[in-house]
Amino acid sequence: MKSFWKRLKNDKVGLIGCIGVLLVVIFGLLAPAIAPYRPEQMFTEHTMQSPNGKFIFGTDEFGRDIFTRIVYGAKVSLQVGLIAVGIGAIGGLVFGLIAGYFQGIVDQVIMRVMDVLFAFPDILLALTIVAVLGPSLTNTMIAIGIVFMPVFTRIVRGSVISVKENEYITNAVAIGVSPFTIIFRHITPNIMAPFIVQVTLGLSGAILTEAALSFLGLGVQPPNPSWGVMLNASRTYMEFAPWTILFPAGAIVFTIFCFNLFGDSLRDILDPQLK
Amino acid sequence: MENRAILEVKGLKKYYPQKSGVFRRTTNYVKAVDGVSFSIHPKETFSLVGESGCGKSTTGKTILRLQEPTAGQVLFKGNDLLDYSKRDFRRLRKDLQMIFQDPYSSLNPRMSVRELLREPILTHRLAGRKETEQLVRDIAEKVGLSKEQLDRHPHEFSGGQRQRISIARALILKPELVILDEAVSALDVSIQAQILNLLMDLQEELDLTYLFISHDLNVVKHVSDRVGVMYLGQMMEMTDTEELYDNPLHPYTQSLLSAIPSTDPFKKKERIILKGDVPDPANPPSGCPFRLRCPKAHERCVIENPAFQEVKEDHFVACHLYDRVEEAGEVPDLVGSLR
Repeated sequence: MKSFWKRLKNDKVGLIGCIGVLLVVIFGLLAPAIAPYRPEQMFTEHTMQSPNGKFIFGTDEFGRDIFTRIVYGAKVSLQVGLIAVGIGAIGGLVFGLIAGYFQGIVDQVIMRVMDVLFAFPDILLALTIVAVLGPSLTNTMIAIGIVFMPVFTRIVRGSVISVKENEYITNAVAIGVSPFTIIFRHITPNIMAPFIVQVTLGLSGAILTEAALSFLGLGVQPPNPSWGVMLNASRTYMEFAPWTILFPAGAIVFTIFCFNLFGDSLRDILDPQLK
Repeated sequence: MENRAILEVKGLKKYYPQKSGVFRRTTNYVKAVDGVSFSIHPKETFSLVGESGCGKSTTGKTILRLQEPTAGQVLFKGNDLLDYSKRDFRRLRKDLQMIFQDPYSSLNPRMSVRELLREPILTHRLAGRKETEQLVRDIAEKVGLSKEQLDRHPHEFSGGQRQRISIARALILKPELVILDEAVSALDVSIQAQILNLLMDLQEELDLTYLFISHDLNVVKHVSDRVGVMYLGQMMEMTDTEELYDNPLHPYTQSLLSAIPSTDPFKKKERIILKGDVPDPANPPSGCPFRLRCPKAHERCVIENPAFQEVKEDHFVACHLYDRVEEAGEVPDLVGSLR
């Protein structure tokens, strides 16, 4: 762990990413403390104001403070990111471990199902799932989780197959350790590095997908603050009130960028230990 | 003699199917182990030697069912190991342990030595918490690991020390039979001697039976009571160590032994240099597997695979040169002329 921080310190780009990620996390966690107003609070005499001292990012068509809504939007994005990636990652871990360890027919069945899911474009598949389940925050998270599952399954399965070749797995079998224990005690800890990297990269993807779904009206529903919802609401005014679209878009770009930088540097840091 | 054996292997076969074509049909088999039989007596060291790819490791792994054999019998104290279900066999593994070749990949890098040594006991629920700690400390002391080293991880140790950890991990279960699969081949010569002596001391102390798999003829001579020589998945010759090294009968064994470097520079030795390579086990020659490289091959070797037969007391050979024995009932002078 110590060497981890040391290496991150030397990787300037990764450090910037890490700081950016922390910033977004702090904004999301401490939204009520940081935001000057409530997200649905309307200042009816201050609609469509450009950024000024009172409203640093300006206001939208209902006079709501854009900065406040972006801060609260960070919370939604993080929530969706974490839970959706959680669903995808845990599902992927379970299926990947089973497919990789037992191989044969089980592997074939799991991987062919994942291939089918993988064949659809992300957004299209998420749209279909949300359309079936009905648009809501929970369903968005489930949809994104399912969309992300094949990537995790493939990564886990691949790592399991390579780790399984190590003699310490045969050794554990020879000792008489049960397959279940071998999977959890001997394989899982040794495939964590690529898995963690994929989780960070998956977070940015999930946040982006949530924004896209919300923009299309199938994710978070207005008046709840979400960056995608804000983009959708402001698209009609963007010509004469560009701040209404620039700041939410900027928030998305910033978050995705930081998560990707952090994920890339994590991969570099963790990879040599993979062996 | 026979009923005394702790382990009896009869006609063990391991074929790997080779698949080809669109429908992945099995078109051919690689006969990694093709009808190997031998028996091991309690507290002795039986060695399997042969060049790489001759099936000696596969033999070891199929005995422990780390790979399922294609056919044959493996009798451990009279019970056929292949009759057990996988689940039941897992319980039996306590008595049959294995030590692997590569000390660098045979220990989980994420576990401390203490965790590694504790695992076998926990797996078989052999002792309580306190007792387990005591067992771990005892076995660590036996193999020469200090108390302080117990909380370190495998990457902090040298190859020899890691092999000590592997040995401790296998022996903590108090097994009866230990299969040593090239257990010292990856180590430096000086460390090899240490580990071999440790293994021999532990054998004495814990009444262990060893199946020693190796390609190193000097090491085999040093440790074993009896030796089996394998070639291309088949047993070529099997007898006492002394008898084998003094009086090898099979042309393959003779050429192997002639390749051992001598420490005496004045000793004149005739080296038998074999021509060609080991044949592809997927496409073995007809008749005797060794005939393509055998300096004494004749017509019969092309047609018929020689039977593995006892030509002298406790000396088994699979070679047509000794076929007359059966008919004449005595060892031919041919044996002498071969040396």
